[in-house]
Amino acid sequence: MTTRAEIREEADRLFAAFKAAGATAVEADTLLPADTLLDLYGEDIRARAYVTADPLRGEMMLRPDFTVPVVQAHMQGGADPARYCYMGEVYRKQDHLGPRASEYLQVGFELFDRAEPQAADAEVFALFHSLLAPLGARALTGDIGILMAAVNGLTTSPHRRAALLRHIWRPARFRNLLDRFSDRAAPTQARTDMLNRLQSGDTAALIAATGPITGLRTQAEITQRAQTLLDDAQTPPLNAPEAALLYDLLTLQAPARAALSHLRGITPMLPAIEPAVDRFATRLDALERHGINPSDLAFQASHGRSSMEYYDGFVFSFQGPGNGAANAPPIALGGRYDALTAHLGQGRSIPAVGGIIRPGLVAALRGIT
Amino acid sequence: MTLKIGVPSKGRLMEKTFDWFGARGVTMARTGSDREYAGAVDGVAGVELVLLSAGEIPRDLAAGRIHLGVTGSDLVRDKLADWQAQVAEIAPLGFGHADLIIAVPTAWIDVDTVDDLDAAAAAFRARHGHRLRIATKYHRLVREFLTAQGVADYQLVDSQGATEGTVKNLTAEAIADITSSGETLRANHLKILSDGLIHASQATLFAARAADWTSDTRATLNTLCAQLGVTASL
Repeated sequence: MTTRAEIREEADRLFAAFKAAGATAVEADTLLPADTLLDLYGEDIRARAYVTADPLRGEMMLRPDFTVPVVQAHMQGGADPARYCYMGEVYRKQDHLGPRASEYLQVGFELFDRAEPQAADAEVFALFHSLLAPLGARALTGDIGILMAAVNGLTTSPHRRAALLRHIWRPARFRNLLDRFSDRAAPTQARTDMLNRLQSGDTAALIAATGPITGLRTQAEITQRAQTLLDDAQTPPLNAPEAALLYDLLTLQAPARAALSHLRGITPMLPAIEPAVDRFATRLDALERHGINPSDLAFQASHGRSSMEYYDGFVFSFQGPGNGAANAPPIALGGRYDALTAHLGQGRSIPAVGGIIRPGLVAALRGIT
Repeated sequence: MTLKIGVPSKGRLMEKTFDWFGARGVTMARTGSDREYAGAVDGVAGVELVLLSAGEIPRDLAAGRIHLGVTGSDLVRDKLADWQAQVAEIAPLGFGHADLIIAVPTAWIDVDTVDDLDAAAAAFRARHGHRLRIATKYHRLVREFLTAQGVADYQLVDSQGATEGTVKNLTAEAIADITSSGETLRANHLKILSDGLIHASQATLFAARAADWTSDTRATLNTLCAQLGVTASL
C-alpha cells in the first residue's frame, strides 16, 4: 500500500520533470462554475463530479479535471506557444464499489502550439513515455482525427454525416447509426410505423389532430424534423465499399507503423482520409526522432472514444504491466483537443495537446517494480 | 435481539403489505391510536414492526437500521448507489406496480423512440441555446438509462411533484416519471416513448446487507422466510 507521502513525493518528481521540460507551473481553482462544465461534458458530468451550491455564484463543481481551468487561463492571455504544468487533487464521484478513487492527485502537462501540431503531439507523448515506460507501463495510442475524416468523407447526406460525427464519442450509438445508414440493420417497427404516419397526410394537420402543442418546442421545429425523417428515408444506404471501410477502421488495431501501411492501402478508396493519414505519418516520424519505435507502438483507431470526450486527434494512455482489473483506471492519458479551445475561447482557438499522470498509480507501480 | 422490518406507514401500500404477510400467516397490525406509528407482528417470534415513510426505507436499509424493508423497487434503485451491494432483493410482492417512463408532448409526431428524442435534443439545443430539459425526481435511474442509450444534448431538471405540468409551464420539454394508468399523462397532452420504459417497479421485500446479522437475527430471518415461502441470500 502506498502512503500519501509517497504519492506526494512521486507527484513532486513528475511535476519537476514537467518543469524541466519547459513548462510554466499554473494553479487552478478547486471550485469551478458548474455551467461551463455542464455545457462541455453534458449531463454525464453530474454523475461524476461533486456539485455544490455557492450562495453568490450559484452551482459549483469540485474540480473534476484541470483541462478547463488551464485552457481558460491560457485563452485569457497566455504566451503563444506555451507549455503549462499543474499538480493538484481532482474529485470524481464513484457510484460503484471498486478500485476507482474519488479523490486523487493529478500532475499534468499541456502544450499550446500553432506551428507544428504533429511535432507537438510527439513531444508530449515522448515526455510521458520517458517518465512511464522505464516503470513498465504500456502505451496505447489512437487518432480520432482519422475516424472523423472518414465520416466527413462519406458519400451521403450532410444530415447523416452530422449524426455520425455527433456520436463519435458514444461508440454504441455510433454503431447503431452506422448499421442503420448502411442497411445492415432493418429499421425498427416503430420507425416504419412513424414514417407511414408522417407520409399519410399534411404535417400541420397531423400535429393539430394530436391536440394542443405544449412546451417550448414549436410546430416549426416538429415540422422540420418530420421533413428530415422523410428525406432521410429516401436517402440511399451508404455505398458498400465506404461502409465496409468505416467498419474496418472501427476495429483497426496494430502496431502504429503497420496501421499506417494499412491506412495507406485504403486511402485510394476513401480519399477524404488522406490529410489525416498524412498527419498520422508525420507524427510517427516525429516520434521516431524522439527515439520511440512506431513498429513497436500499440495503435487502435477507436482508442479514446469512450473515455476521453473532447479529444479530436491524437490520443494516448498508459496502463500498468500485467492484466490488472478490467476496469482499472489508466496511469496516464492525454490527447489533442483543438475543438475544445475553440469552444472555450469564444471564437479564438489554438491547437492544443496535453495529458495527465496519476502519481498514486505511478507510486504503486514503482513499489511493484 | 429482534429482527426489525420496515413497512410503509400509511395508505394502500401499508394495507397491501399487511395483506401479503397476513396471507402467509404473519399478521401485522398497527397498535395504539390511529395517529401513532407503532405496530406489532404475530406468527413469528422476534420480529419487530417499524412503520416508516416508503421513501425513507431505502436509506434505513442502506444504513442497516432495519434488517428487512418493504418499498418500491424504483426507490431502492434510484436512491442507493450500487444498490445490489447494499441490499438483497428477497421477493417481489406483486402490488404497487408503477412504470418509470419517458414522456414527450403528443404534438411531437416526429418523436416515438429514445433515438428520436436524442435527435430532437440535438436540433433543440442548436435552436434554443440550451439542452433539452427532462423533468424528473428519479435522477440516477434516468441518467443511467440515457447514458446507456448514448443520448446527448439533454439535461435533467428536478421536479418533486406535478411533474406532468412542467412541460406546459415551460420548465421542461419532456418528463421521466412513474405512471400506472397513464391518465395524468394523457390529460397533460403527453405520450410515452415506445421504448422509453426505464424500470417496471413494484413493492419488494429487501434485506439490508449492513444490518446487524447476529445468530439470533439470522435464525429469525430463516424462520420468517420459511413461513413466507421465500429465500434470502445475503
